[in-house]
Amino acid sequence: MTTEILLNFGLLVFLVAVALALAGMRHLFPVAMLTGLYSLLSASLFTLLNAPDVALTEAAVGAGVTTVLFLATFGLTRAREKPVKASRQVIGLVVTFATGAMLVYASLDMPHFGAKDTPVQTHPLRHEYLVAEQHEIDVPNTVTAVLASYRGYDTLGETAVVFTAGLGVLILLGRSRRGKRSNKA
Amino acid sequence: MFIAGLIGVAMTMLLVLVRVLAGPTVYDRILAINLFGTKTVLLIALLGFFAGRPEFLDLALTYALINFIGTIAVLKFMQYGDLGWDSDARDDADV
Repeated sequence: MTTEILLNFGLLVFLVAVALALAGMRHLFPVAMLTGLYSLLSASLFTLLNAPDVALTEAAVGAGVTTVLFLATFGLTRAREKPVKASRQVIGLVVTFATGAMLVYASLDMPHFGAKDTPVQTHPLRHEYLVAEQHEIDVPNTVTAVLASYRGYDTLGETAVVFTAGLGVLILLGRSRRGKRSNKA
Repeated sequence: MFIAGLIGVAMTMLLVLVRVLAGPTVYDRILAINLFGTKTVLLIALLGFFAGRPEFLDLALTYALINFIGTIAVLKFMQYGDLGWDSDARDDADV
């Protein structure tokens, strides 16, 4: 248990270090790679919290697809951040701190990690999903059972949305590529 | 034994992170980030066995694949300035 706490602490320190480095950089190319690193770190944290499904999504989307999309964008635009006026930076800082303070305040209302009296533990549906699911659907992982069977149509719709979005991005990037080629010719 | 492994991997992660943040050239950063991904794979694999849930090994395998694809994309960007798509101009672009 102590090892897990120490690991949690270490990974969070890594996260903060990467976030500060991200904020300080002006050249966007290392920023794209560091964002992927940030994703990998948070995916490790999710794994530590016993949420492998979330970790898998975070790694695939955050570290894999987003990095490649950022790089493809840099191929079309320039990879350097424009300097921002100091007054606008102050506004951004204030908004960021206000949002952060609100989130911290909201997290005070959350139950403690692993608490016994949360709705997750006391609600009658808990038996339905965690116990009866094993006989009904026979998938060892409850999250997978919910995603693929209990709300299978919802997941299908979600997949269609993500597929359409990916297709749209590919069409947009592909069109500009053709444009570039006809300019060369 | 798993604890010793976890501590060792966490230490190497720290060293690699220092190289990512300090690395003078972009290539240092790319190499360091690739290494960091490999360390994450190791960390998650070790974590699975440490927590008694060796199924996490699947997760580690997926990370290994993603890490590989990400590094290839970054290096292609460095080489060609884009992802090497216009292959009719350069035949070796998609190698």
